[in-house]
Parts: sequence; C-alpha cells; structure tokens
Amino acid sequence: MMLMRGNAACPGCPIPREIDALLEVTGQKTVLVVPASCTSVIMGDTNGMPSSVPVVHSAFAAAPAIASGIKAALNSKKEDATVVVWAGDGGTGDIGLASLSGAAERNEDIMYLCYDNEAYMNTGVQRSGLTPYGAWTTTTPEGKRERKKPIPQIVAEHGVPYVATASIAYIFDYQAKVKKAKEIQGFRYIHLLSPCPPGWRFDSSLTIRIAKLAVETGIWPLYEIEKGKFRLTSLSKTLIDKSKRKPVLEYLKLQGRFSKMTSEEVKKLQNEVDEFWEEIQKID
Amino acid sequence: MQVESKVIKGLVGNHAVAYAVKQAKPQVLAVYPITPQTTMLEKLSEYVESGELKAKMIRVESEHSALAAVYGAALAGSRVFTATASQGLLYMTEMIYWAGGQRVPIVAAVATRAIASPWSILDDHHDFVSKRDAIWIQLMAENVQEAYDLTIQAFKISEDKRVLLPVMMGFDGFILTHTLEKVELLPDNVVDAFIPPRDFNLIDFSDPLGIGQVASPEDYIYYRYEAQRSMERSREVITEVERDYEDITGRKYGLIDCYMCDDAEYIIVSMGAWSGDARVAVQKEREKGIRAGLLKVRTFRPFPKDEVKQIVGKSRGVVVFDRSVSYGSGGVLANEVKSASYGLDVPIHSVIAGLGGKDVRPLHMEKVLDDLALNQLEDERWLL
Ligand SMILES: Cc1ncc(C[n+]2csc(CCOP(=O)(O)OP(=O)(O)O)c2C)c(N)n1
Ligand code: SF4
Ligand SMILES: [Mg+2]
Repeated sequence: MMLMRGNAACPGCPIPREIDALLEVTGQKTVLVVPASCTSVIMGDTNGMPSSVPVVHSAFAAAPAIASGIKAALNSKKEDATVVVWAGDGGTGDIGLASLSGAAERNEDIMYLCYDNEAYMNTGVQRSGLTPYGAWTTTTPEGKRERKKPIPQIVAEHGVPYVATASIAYIFDYQAKVKKAKEIQGFRYIHLLSPCPPGWRFDSSLTIRIAKLAVETGIWPLYEIEKGKFRLTSLSKTLIDKSKRKPVLEYLKLQGRFSKMTSEEVKKLQNEVDEFWEEIQKID
Repeated sequence: MQVESKVIKGLVGNHAVAYAVKQAKPQVLAVYPITPQTTMLEKLSEYVESGELKAKMIRVESEHSALAAVYGAALAGSRVFTATASQGLLYMTEMIYWAGGQRVPIVAAVATRAIASPWSILDDHHDFVSKRDAIWIQLMAENVQEAYDLTIQAFKISEDKRVLLPVMMGFDGFILTHTLEKVELLPDNVVDAFIPPRDFNLIDFSDPLGIGQVASPEDYIYYRYEAQRSMERSREVITEVERDYEDITGRKYGLIDCYMCDDAEYIIVSMGAWSGDARVAVQKEREKGIRAGLLKVRTFRPFPKDEVKQIVGKSRGVVVFDRSVSYGSGGVLANEVKSASYGLDVPIHSVIAGLGGKDVRPLHMEKVLDDLALNQLEDERWLL
C-alpha cells in the first residue's frame, strides 16, 4: 500500500486504487507529477500527504514539461527513477495537449498516465474534449453533441515506443502494462478509463462493474501499441466477434449521465462501436 | 583579488549572456525562440551541441513549457536557465508564479520588448515590470558588460540559502541584445570559484515531499510572509555578492547606481539601457550650469526603497523616465519612486517615453531636465 487510506477521494472513486496499483509496480523510486485535477486534492495538503513517493504538483497545462525537467535533472545526477505524469483527461487532452505532444515528440523518457473520467470533475463535472457523445455534464445539460477526442491514437501517431489503454476492472492487465512501460526507454503512455460516481451519476458501489461493462461492450477496448505494433489485450482479445460483445446499452443505462440519450442515439453509438471494431479487426 | 588575465571581446548582448550562462554551468536549459532573445538560444544550442556546455537542452514547444521544464529540473537539483521576451514572458506567466511561489532558484534572462497588440518587436519594459509581484528578484542591466556581469551574479544570488528565489535579468531588446560592445570576460575558473556548486534539491526518495500541494489558509499566508522576508534578506545578499564581484572585477554595482548625485538638485531616474543616454544628458546639463544627477535603478525587485528615498530627499526635483505604464495609474517606475519617497516634500514628475521602440535621445532628456529646472514640467509628460 503506497497510497494511504483516508485520502480525500469520493466514495467509490477509483483513483486511489489506480495510483496504488501503479506504484506497486514502479516502486519507491517514482516521482509523480500531478497537474490540477481531482488528484491534486486527493494527494493531501500542507497538513500531510497520503503518498509514499515524492509528488510534484503542477500548473494545469505544465505536467509533461515539468516531468521532462525532473527527468533531465535526475539523469544529470545519474539517479535512476521513474518519472510519471498522473493527469486527468482535461489536463491531458485539452489544456495540456501541447505540452503532452511536445514531450511525446521529443520522446522524453517519462511515463504518462491519463486517468480519464471523461470530464472536468475537480471543478464540478464540466465537459472536456474527452467527454463522450450524449453525456450530460453541467456545461452540456442536454448531453454533449460532439464526439470524444481520440487521445491514445493521437499520442500513438507521434511514434512513441509504447501506448496502451487500461481499466481498473482489469487490474492485472493494467499492472502488466505499467510493468512493460517501466522497462521501456522513451515516452510511454497509458490511458485509463476511470469511472467517477458523482460525475457519471451512478451509485458508488458500481465503479468496477461499470469499468468492466465499458470493456465488455467494446466501448473501451484494451490494447497496447508497442513500437507501432497494435495488439488487443485481456478480455478485449475475445471481443472481435460482435456476438461476444454486450450491447452498449448495458453500459449506458447504469449511468445517469446518459439518461437523455434517445434510442436513436443509442443505436447510432452501437453502430459506431461496431464500426470501430471492424477497423480494429483490420489492424489487429 | 582582482583578476589579472583579462579577456576582452566584442560581443552582442545575447552572446555575452549566453557566454555567462555557459560559464555558470547549468545542467538543464529550456528556451523557446522569440525576438529579440532568439540569437541567445542559438548560441546556447551551439555550446550544447559542441559539448562546450555539458547541459541538457530541452527543446520545448512553448515558453510555458520552457519554464515548466526548468522548474522541474530545479526542484530535482539542477542549476537551470531560461530566457524569453514579451509575449513569451506573458505566456510563461503562470509558471513564473509557480517558480516564485515555490521559491525555486532559477535564472531567466528577459530581452525586454513591447507587448502586443499592436505587434511590436522593439523595446520597452512592459514585459519585465509586469512580473513585479511574482516573487522574483528582478535585475536590469544598462549595457552589455552589465548584462554579462549580472547573469553571473544572478546564479549566486538565486541559490544563496538566505535567498532561494528565482532571478530575472532584464536587458533591453535590440538596444543591448543586438549591439556589439566591448565586454571583459572572466576566466572560467574564476566563475567556478565565484558560484559554488548548487546545493538545493527537493526530490528525495527517502523523505518524499508533496511540492506545491494545497495549502491551508494559515500555511498559505505564511508561505507568502516567508517570501517577503526572503526578498528583504536578499538586499543584503545582493549587496554582498556585488561587493565580492567588485573585488574580482573592479566593477562596482549595487541596488542602485548614482551618477553625479552628490550635489545634484535635479535627479533623473531611469532603469536599463537608456541610463547611458541619461548620463550624457546629465553631463550636458552640468555644462549649462544645471546641477543634474542620475539615479539608476538596477534592482527593481527588491525595490531599493531606502536608497531611492535618500537620494530623492536631497534633491529639489525628480523626473522618472518610464518605458512602461500602469494604465489608469502612471509610469510604473515613477509610482515606485513616489511610494519610496513617501513623506518627502520633493516634486516627482513622470515621463513616459520609448514605448514600442520609440527613439529617445539624450537631447530629449536634456529638454525635460531643462523644464524641470525651470519648474515647467507637468506631473506626467509623454514624449510622443
Ligand atoms: C489554467 C487553469 N485553468 C483552469 C483551472 C481550473 N481547473 C482545475 S482542475 C480542472 C479540471 C481538471 O479536469 P481533469 O484534467 O479532467 O481532471 P479531473 O478533475 O477530472 O480529475 C480545472 C478546469 C486551473 N487550475 N488552471
Ligand atoms: S469527483 Fe470523481 S474522479 Fe473526482 S474524486 Fe470524486 S469520484 Fe474521484
Ligand atoms: Mg477528468
């Protein structure tokens, strides 16, 4: 246990367990760089912090650059450590995108974990570029009308050595990916779908069930792209055949944020997911 | 002891500062190009690629990331440097406050330049003075030699345990960055001895810290109180560093510089390169029988309140030349001088000039001093 209990996360929040699972693999010699997000609060205050590794808090848009600098300084001291950016979807794909892209393009020797709760949760559930189509947020009260920004693909297009998706519901797959990433030199990116009970409007006992359904319905495929080579992992390997995938509705209906989606829209989303898997079939 | 073997070279300001940086041996640099700073970045890149400077140059995609990168490196124990100007300094602003708030030793050169809109690549001081509340020590050079000297001093001041603050070294865009002047350079070993190895590191795996985490109100105000105290302590440290530097170089610096102030009735106050023009204007006035003097502000933060008040108090009238304005209030330096002179019965006039590169010559300053002596100078005059 490298992240202490009793931190400030909401009940049912997956973030503490996600960080703990990360640190179990990367170990004591890890520096976490955390931009403005829910994690800034979870990581404690001047009265104390729950983490057993150094945590560098960062301006919202600055984490990949700060991590680059920390790594450069550690290198100059010949000190071996894993520098990890731990950032939300907003810090990653919206305000921090230029900094992320810069670090990826320079192939900085850092690990980047985006925990994607699909909105700006820290400020009270506002839409982000990674909020999916149809989802309610406080700034999309009728449901978001635009699609989700495909950040893992965007990062992969930079030609970095490692990109993966992961889920807290498949923790061995997640930790295997962190382990692999730890051994690779250069820019490594892992994108975690991170269900948020208050933001997605579901009961705090359902976090893992919803994380699981995201994978089972095919909405959140688990994969890795190692040196440009794409590979499905864990349960997702078995989901190419459409009949193996659960209908997306099962995932949507447990979450209040999708309650305004019409059956037409659900059908459209189902089609998009199916088309996406046809594409995956071609490259896998 | 003064250095015997003097090396004198003709260098433009940007190259002189780059040379000083090379001698200070930072381990990590991150600089993003912007006129009129760019040729400094190019020179530093040459030093790094040729191996003359053994440092990592992080080739960032923006100024925000430039300062973020050196901030991270500074936390983890590296001596660091960045440089920018104008829009770049504004783009850095968020990180400027992070660095100041966390009191991390960083040296940044600012090749001063006007701010858009409208676009201008030419000199004024708006960029530099806009960072006055960000918990940075701010030094401003008058000429290329001083830019070189202050850069070396900046590392020592910034890393001093009594200070631990980032330092910004301002020097006028084009007027200094691109002007070739004779510069006396220190031998490398003298710089090595002058700036001791850095002893600052916040990333410790056996004693992990949360750096920059949420602060309780009690802690937040205490952080800021400590920052202010550190600023106050830095006056003494800057003076000490400059005295040590004088011992080596014979060049005398201080929080302010005075030229013919002793018996001066009329004082012109300035900051930066046009202090050279002001010196000429003062000489001309003296030839005419007007007892003029120059007060140059070298340390904008911490502001040399006591020194300024003392000089102003001995005079009959003061005019402050500003290359920046706090709109709706007045000349930025003029406001500082007025505030420092609180309680004195000396008229303090403000002249706004040189914005966006508008040419200012000794002649213009002379005219202002003439009018000051004749009691014909308005409270605020713009040289349009
Ligand atoms: C420059 C800047 N703009 C806005 C904010 C306010 N802010 C803090 S956290 C946040 C949202 C973070 O969203 P995300 O990255 O998805 O992380 P989450 O809160 O969802 O964990 C915003 C908008 C800020 N701190 N800095
Ligand atoms: S708002 Fe969501 S992401 Fe943030 S702490 Fe609560 S559950 Fe976790
Ligand atoms: Mg989020």
